[in-house]
Order: sequence, then C-alpha cells, then structure tokens
Amino acid sequence: MSVKNAGPIAHYRHLNFGQRVVRDWKLNKWKYLLIIPVLVYLALFCYKPMYGLVIAFKNYKPTRGIERSAWMDPWYAWFEKFFTDPYFGRLIGNTFTISILTIVFGFPAPILLALLLNEINHNKFKRTVQTITYMPYFISMVVTCALIRVYCQQDGLLSDIVVFFGGERQNWLMNSGNYRTIYIISEIWQTIGWNSIIYLAALSSIDQEQYEAARIDGANRFQQCLHITLPGLMPTITILFILRMGNILNVGYEKTLLLYNSNIYDVSDIISTYTYRLSFGGGTPQYSYSTAIGLFNTLVNVVFLLATNFISSKVSDSSLF
Amino acid sequence: MSTVAKHIPETNKIKKTTGSKIFDVCNIIFMILLCFVTLYPMWYVLCASFTENSYLVAHPGAILWPHGFTAGSYGLAFSHPLLLSGYKNILIVLLVSLPINIILTLFCGYVTASKNLMFKPIIQFLVMFTMFFSGGMIPAYLNVRDLGLYNSLWALILPGAMSVYNSIICRTAIQGVPESLTESAYLDGANDIIVVFRIILPLIMPTIAVLLLYYGVGHWNAWFNASLYLADNEKLPIQNVMRSILIANSNVLNSAGSDNDMVNQYAEAIKYSTIILTTVPVLCIYPFLQKYFVKGVMVGAVKG
Repeated sequence: MSVKNAGPIAHYRHLNFGQRVVRDWKLNKWKYLLIIPVLVYLALFCYKPMYGLVIAFKNYKPTRGIERSAWMDPWYAWFEKFFTDPYFGRLIGNTFTISILTIVFGFPAPILLALLLNEINHNKFKRTVQTITYMPYFISMVVTCALIRVYCQQDGLLSDIVVFFGGERQNWLMNSGNYRTIYIISEIWQTIGWNSIIYLAALSSIDQEQYEAARIDGANRFQQCLHITLPGLMPTITILFILRMGNILNVGYEKTLLLYNSNIYDVSDIISTYTYRLSFGGGTPQYSYSTAIGLFNTLVNVVFLLATNFISSKVSDSSLF
Repeated sequence: MSTVAKHIPETNKIKKTTGSKIFDVCNIIFMILLCFVTLYPMWYVLCASFTENSYLVAHPGAILWPHGFTAGSYGLAFSHPLLLSGYKNILIVLLVSLPINIILTLFCGYVTASKNLMFKPIIQFLVMFTMFFSGGMIPAYLNVRDLGLYNSLWALILPGAMSVYNSIICRTAIQGVPESLTESAYLDGANDIIVVFRIILPLIMPTIAVLLLYYGVGHWNAWFNASLYLADNEKLPIQNVMRSILIANSNVLNSAGSDNDMVNQYAEAIKYSTIILTTVPVLCIYPFLQKYFVKGVMVGAVKG
C-alpha cells in the first residue's frame, strides 16, 4: 500500500497478467471499492435497459416479460413496419427540420452573445446581463411551455403585439405555419445565456497580448474579433458542434409534448413524441414497436456523432475521440 | 476564473472611432432589449398572480402591473392538498437524491481521475458509453416496472442517481487538485475513502456547489419521468401538479378534500401564483453561484 511502490504500470512488465492484477488490487483496492456503487448504478439503470432493447426484435407481451416473449419473424419486422408507416416521412422530416433549424439559429446565438458581451467594458453591466440571460435556463419546461401557450392564445400577448403592428389576432399554436418559429425562438430564449458561459470561459483564456499587438498593427475591433477572438474560440465551437450533432434526432420531446396539439401534428410530431404516444397515449401500448423506433433514433444519432467527429478530426485538430 | 472575459485595457492614445462608438451604443441597446425580453415573462407572471381572476379571464394579453390587487390565489396555493403534496414529494426526492447524486458523482470523478489503475480504461469506457448510447424511453420504463419501482418515489430518485456529464465535470475539478496533497495523505496511512472525503471534497467545494445546483434544479424541474412512473395523484411532484393545472387545464384541483368554490374563484390566478412559488426559490439561488458556473462546464474536459 505504500506510495513508493505506486510507479507506472510499465515498470512491472516482467510480471505476468495474474501477478499484475494482484499487485493492482493491493495498490488500488479502495478505488475499486469506490467505483462499485457507480458500476452497480450503471448496470441497473443504463446497461439493463440497453439489454431491454432486445424487445425491438421481439413481440413483447407484458404478461410474458422480456425473456419469454417470442422473437419476431423476420427479426427486423418492427423496423420494416416503421419504414412503411404512413407517418414515417412526416416524422423523419419534422425531426430533421426542427433539429436543423434549431442548430442553424440556436447554435450560433450564444457565440454571438458571448462576442457581444466581450465587447462591453463596463463589468457590472456585463455581469448583470449575464445573470439575467441565465435565468430562463432555471425556469422549468412546464412553466416555460405554459407561458408560451398563454402568450399564443387568441387574446394573448402575441396577438396584442401583432394587432399593434396592424396584423390580425389568431390562436398561434393552432396554426401549423407558426409552430416551428415559436419553437425555435423560445428555444433560443431558453438557452442563449446559459450556452454562452462556455464561450465566455474560452474567451477569458485568450492571450491578451495578441489584442495588444493587433492594436499596434492598426487592427480595428471588428478585425480583432475576426482574427483573434474567433480563432481562439474555434476548438470550443468544434467540440460543442460535434456533441450537438450527436443529438441531431433528439429534438426536445418534453417541450414538444407540452406545446403541440393534434391540430399541428403535421409540423410538430417528431419521432420521440410518436413513440411516446404509441406506448402511453392511450390504447394498447405498443412497447416493441416504440422500442424499435427509439433504437433507430439512437443509431442515427450515433452515426451522426461519429461522422461529425471523423470529419472534424480530418479538417481540424479538434475531435472527441 | 470569472465568467467575464478580462477587461481589455484601452490605450488612451488610440481614440475610439465613430464607428466603434456607434457599435458600443447599439450593443448596449441590444443587451437592454435582451434583458427586457428575458425578464418580462416573469414580471407578467408576478403581476398576474396578484390580479383579480375576472380580469385575467377577460384580458389574457399584455399585463404591465397587477389589476385589482389580491393575494387570494396564494392562500389557495398554500392550502390546496394536491399542491401541498406536490411540494412534499419533491422535497422528499431532493433530500434523498442529492446526497446519493453527489456521492456517486464524487466517487466516479475520483476514480476516473486517478492514475495507474489497471482497469481504468474499461471503467472509463463503461461510464462514457452511456453518454452516447442508451436504451431509450420504453426499455427504461419497463426496467423501472421490472425493478418494482413503479408508482414509488424511488422511481424518481434511482434512475437518475448519477449523471455521467456531471461526473466528468467532477473529474476535471479533481484533476486540478495537486497530487502532493493526496500523496502525503497516503504516507500518513489514509485510504482512498479518507482522501476523497477529507482532502478532495473540501478542495473542490465550488464545483460541488455547482453540481448540487445542477442536480437540484434538475430534480425540481423534472416532470416527464414522474408522468410515466407514477400512477397516484398524491405521489406527483410539484411540476406534474402544475402541468395538470397549467397545460392539461384539467379540474385536477377540484378533487376531494378541497374547497371547490375557492378553486373556481381563482382558476386563472392560481396558475400564476404556483409558477411564482415554484420558480422563485430557484431564481433566488443561482445568482449566488454564478461565479462558479465556469467550473461546471466542460472546457477542454471532453477528451479522457
């Protein structure tokens, strides 16, 4: 147990595997004991549900359980059903459209906010703006969506504003044409401040002498931003972008469930809300079919994560793994 | 480590150009607008919670101040059995969850931060893999049923006992603790449990505070799992009760044991007073932890 023995494993190459395990256990016994509760948690609540994915290939009956439910023939029957589902095109289309729109408008927004905050020299004002813009992140989804619904009523705030500018009152969330705009603007409202933290942290680590030098060379503020600040942010932006792409099909289903209604399913229904309704929306729960769709969703996400990571590691130095 | 980028010293010799000044003014106006847009919804809720119910029914649009000041909806919010049980349930979940969350996160962060562990790559893989791949909604639900947690508050506590993302944040903080401190503790005969609680924990308190905030806010604001895993109304945490009031527009409050006249009298205003009562506690806490938020983001911490 003494520290003197705790050299790198490489020094013990002459030991065989069994001896190395014994030595490792003597040295790190307590660490392995500490990780046991974590591994038990992961096994019970992360890996056991992963095993539960087999019902995507079975005809799961609650009375029979996972083990004794019959296998599907062919094994991909549920996936085939999904690909030929009348809603398949609509679900994929909506999920990708909302996700891509959220990335296009939502991803740059906090970067822009961080850059603009960085240009404010009055520290107290800057800090106040930060505190205020973090606030929506701490307001629950239930409350946020309830407020959106209140503002979007026929006689609500949004109608009041539109009428003021000469428009007409309407029940905004009943009209398919508005849903995505409302979803994305509220998404930016919720996350812009919070997501800017990581960029502000990255900004504070940029070498200040570079700005000094650029100023002496006569660079104006816009040029400094373009040639020093943005390149300094690039690694952070890349990593966050890869992580974001790994969630391309994870459109916020909690938010969608709280906002949508059957009148606007054509633009708002996404893969995860469809699986939710199949299993919990009343009627006979279709657990196996839902699971198959969910598995498809996860696999697409993983493919996008790996692809973005691969491209990024080729064109830049930043990658996840 | 403040969240504010360092003030760039403006050399006096270089005068600000007109363009630069115009930009500054526009920037400040933009920030003020952004703050207004962020704050107005909460101001609206605050005013509406004190407004007469009849006014709210007739004018759901813009509100700039309370109309016909009344605090009656707060009286109802403090006395309705379903709301009270909602607060009670979420407090139970918080009290039981937070210690479990922090201990598991700390252990996981400590072990993944330590060196010379023969099986660390395997442990690391088992932990990280769950970030990118999961069973999903239905297998998680069936798992909760299989484990006998259905319709019990444990179903809100155990499935989210640790977040891998937070354990990475914790690992980064632990990696910042000088090795000499832990080594001298080993020399004094301490084992890892003593090291974690007596040396590491006090040194990473700011990170722990942020993690407590993340986990706490996460539990406080969660509603989806409870809507799947709980069957009885009396077991629902506050967000689910609010969802019934705010979004389902159901008469869930007109249940047995409540004064239905009073419920009808404040049907609209009660929405806003419950929002205030559940949101304000969180909004009062986070500004005090704001300077530590940077510790809670994964700056350069993603690569293991």
